Amino acid sequence: MQWETVIGLEVHVQLATQSKIFSGASTAFGAEPNTQACAVDLGLPGVLPVLNEAAVAMAVQFGLAIHAEIPEVSIFDRKNYFYPDLPKGYQTSQMYHPIVGPGVVEISLDDGDTKRVRVHHAHLEEDAGKSLHEDFHGMTGVDLNRAGTPLLEIVSEPDMRSAKEAAAYLKAIHSIVTYLGISDGNMAEGSMRCDVNVSVRPQGQEAFGTRAEIKNVNSFRFVERAIAFEVERQIELLEDGGEVIQETRLFDPERDETRSMRTKEQANDYRYFPCPDLLPVVLDRAYVDHLRETLPELPADKRARFQNELGLSAYDASVLSATREMADYFEAVKDACGDAKQAANWVQGELSGALNREGLAIQDSPVSARQLGELIGRVIDDTINGKAAKQVFQALWHGEGENADAVIEAKGLKQVTDTAAIDAMIDRVIADSPAQVAQYRDAEPEKRGKMIGYFVGQVMKASRGTANPQQVNALLKEKLDALC
Amino acid sequence: MHDKTLSELAAGLASGEFTSRELIQHLLGRIERLDGELNSFITVTSDAALDAADRADAARAAGRAGALTGLPLALKDIFCTQGVKTSAGSRMLDDFVSPYDASVVEKLAAAGSVSLGKTNMDEFAMGSSNENSHYGPVKNPWDLTAVPGGSSGGSAAAVAAGLVPAAMGTDTGGSIRQPAAFCGITGLKPTYGRVSRYGMIAYASSLDQAGPMARTAEDCALLLNAIAGHDLRDSTSVARGVPDYTAELDAPLAGLKIGLPKEYFGEGLDPAVATTVHEAIEVFETLGASVREVSLPHTHYAIPAYYVIAPAEASSNLSRFDGVRFGHRCDDPKDLIDLYERTRSEGFGEEVKRRILIGTHTLSEGFFDAYYKKAQQVRRLIRQDFLDAFEQVDVLMGPASPTPAFDLGAKSDPVSMYLQDIYTIAVNLAGIPGISVPAGFVDGRPVGLQVLGTHFAEERLLNVAHRFQQATDWHLRRPAFAEENA
Repeated sequence: MQWETVIGLEVHVQLATQSKIFSGASTAFGAEPNTQACAVDLGLPGVLPVLNEAAVAMAVQFGLAIHAEIPEVSIFDRKNYFYPDLPKGYQTSQMYHPIVGPGVVEISLDDGDTKRVRVHHAHLEEDAGKSLHEDFHGMTGVDLNRAGTPLLEIVSEPDMRSAKEAAAYLKAIHSIVTYLGISDGNMAEGSMRCDVNVSVRPQGQEAFGTRAEIKNVNSFRFVERAIAFEVERQIELLEDGGEVIQETRLFDPERDETRSMRTKEQANDYRYFPCPDLLPVVLDRAYVDHLRETLPELPADKRARFQNELGLSAYDASVLSATREMADYFEAVKDACGDAKQAANWVQGELSGALNREGLAIQDSPVSARQLGELIGRVIDDTINGKAAKQVFQALWHGEGENADAVIEAKGLKQVTDTAAIDAMIDRVIADSPAQVAQYRDAEPEKRGKMIGYFVGQVMKASRGTANPQQVNALLKEKLDALC
Repeated sequence: MHDKTLSELAAGLASGEFTSRELIQHLLGRIERLDGELNSFITVTSDAALDAADRADAARAAGRAGALTGLPLALKDIFCTQGVKTSAGSRMLDDFVSPYDASVVEKLAAAGSVSLGKTNMDEFAMGSSNENSHYGPVKNPWDLTAVPGGSSGGSAAAVAAGLVPAAMGTDTGGSIRQPAAFCGITGLKPTYGRVSRYGMIAYASSLDQAGPMARTAEDCALLLNAIAGHDLRDSTSVARGVPDYTAELDAPLAGLKIGLPKEYFGEGLDPAVATTVHEAIEVFETLGASVREVSLPHTHYAIPAYYVIAPAEASSNLSRFDGVRFGHRCDDPKDLIDLYERTRSEGFGEEVKRRILIGTHTLSEGFFDAYYKKAQQVRRLIRQDFLDAFEQVDVLMGPASPTPAFDLGAKSDPVSMYLQDIYTIAVNLAGIPGISVPAGFVDGRPVGLQVLGTHFAEERLLNVAHRFQQATDWHLRRPAFAEENA
């Protein structure tokens, strides 16, 4: 039987606010345990939450970026359950009236196609603290630094049909939130985590199969692997005549498998009810309009502009718009050299290669966008040839010289276009290669084209790479053909 | 000194008749001698009080005295007080020393007042007799075999016994007004949102409100001046200007329209209390007010609605008492569930557990719509009843409680205890202000007249209560217990 995979994602994005969603404590990552938890975060008797306006603005910006409805009123609810790292015994979340209504995220697939994934809603909530089981013998430590960190939970419709689509969706969300600057998107530090709902159904069947929820998957790669394992597990189960049960599962990246955490019967009854300590959030139109007007250009728009206005291929446009840093760098290179295609080639070729080798992010590149743009400009205006340009790039990468012109000057890489000088070099090469000249002369005219390469190589070598290759080619052909 | 009102004491301090230190020492002595019997205090902060008194005297000497400088009061043990045990009357918080001050505590200290300590209360403010305290029941100074009312029973008894001239209480379903009535003092529950709840240990967040308890309406006005106002730390506190609540105290009552809700004078009301209340209302007629009957048709739904909403919120508010970060923790838990179960079983008293169970049940899947949602609908109807009534009249009057203070141990059945709050509870559901003023006695036990106004009508209520106290002397009566033979 042919099976179809159905996937929905709940993505938790940590918002990049300075302080927590309901208190003034800092949200910075990596501090000593419990140093960034104030009375409110500790859930001391008598404390009350006060909503952080920055978190609201960020959630609305996300909603606008996915063309979602922004309801006028949203309401915080309490989700009640006991856990040591949940100080109040409830999580303040939004169950019934989320801040962001239905929207759409466009994802790009490997074949260059795009697909629209519907977002059911996105809501604001507070993060819990962390339970630390390793460091205490037979006991559990609780670190509440993370408690109260603002999260935007983005809940998709079950619109994805493969692990690849799920990963692409996650990347699209990542790209939107980092473009907006509402999250650092750092998955290793837990700034983005996701719960994956997976089910399978026979191809052509409309009704969904029973789903399993895989909790807390925290990398693009793990999402793909967890889904791959889970799909296989479910299909095997069904083909053996078994049944998938609705349950929560955990992905273990070390064993590359998912394991049951709890079944639906064991699920908590969270007893949601409106939080009486917080007023409903009422957003007036002017506030939303203002946020709309100040939205930056988003990945999908940027991709379209790169393709339509700059004439880049769909692939190049997609790669170069993948992150805001990448796009900003590329555009700065393009502005400095005036040629989008050359800029695209260099950023994806020489620069990306060097960055990958050293494991650097583009914003940490030792060659600035301006330096790279000027370098490309020297190729375009024929000051240097492509080969010399790579030398200049390496020099700039290693900090040898302030800019392309200085390196070209210092290394004497300026392209030789003086016909007399090239003539002289050619004459010397022809004089030094009698055997090759004889072969050339004896060859069929149609084979001579390939043989000319040897002479070009010798001339370029003689010029230390500075001769203009096109010029060398043309003059050589002229002189050799004259000998025949 | 202990018979004086706050404003009289303020005059005494201002004229140099006595210092704050002398006053505080005198009251600490009375607490020492009388409170063993009364049990109105959980914690007496003598040293801190004397220090604060010295600072107040110094401030006065330096010409920097404010309205409350050097004046003594007590705080219900539900207000978090920095460096002081704050128990909420519960074993759960028997060892809890708050690291911060509640907004009310901060404001009272900033106004120069001197706290003598923390008063006894029903555990987590759940109760109408102060019998649900981990620290034992409080006795009524008028009759030591009677309850002082609850949950702010310690505050009411301490004021009535002349241990302090005023105390702070909180009122979720009548917890200021009913004990004020039982102990023959004046107690004001302000409009919901008028006073910040920050630092007040939550029972039912949408109903809780702090307010003053004192001998007179004038003193309540002085205290409300200090504690009212918007607080950025409490989103439900209202950003609305705070008038000088003493300014309109003497305004004449001629033309005042008084409504008597017929539902407040029906079955269940002690006839002697009814007579006392009617006599009090006649006083207003002599002051030029007119009286008419009105109806609050949904009154009989108030108790059921309250006992859905309040326990629902409480069940969630009290989840933080889990033995993990502060408060009671059971010995040697064998695992997490054991920690939770034993900590909470040991730390909470019976009534608190009962309400947590009720609240947990009414919020559960499958019951939420039938209970919580329905109760919220009822709540809107009850609020509308009041708004409709205030279209016709300026204030409503009636008894604060169907009976005078009952005997200690008399109400062992929780429902009969819940019915005590029949006249006070709807007020919290509607969020309006109410005041209870001494209006007479039945069998030697005080009776309170309750006056209700529309949202933010505190000025009017205080004015009405003050004029009544100008015309009567019920608020000047003192229990024999307060007369020391020593």
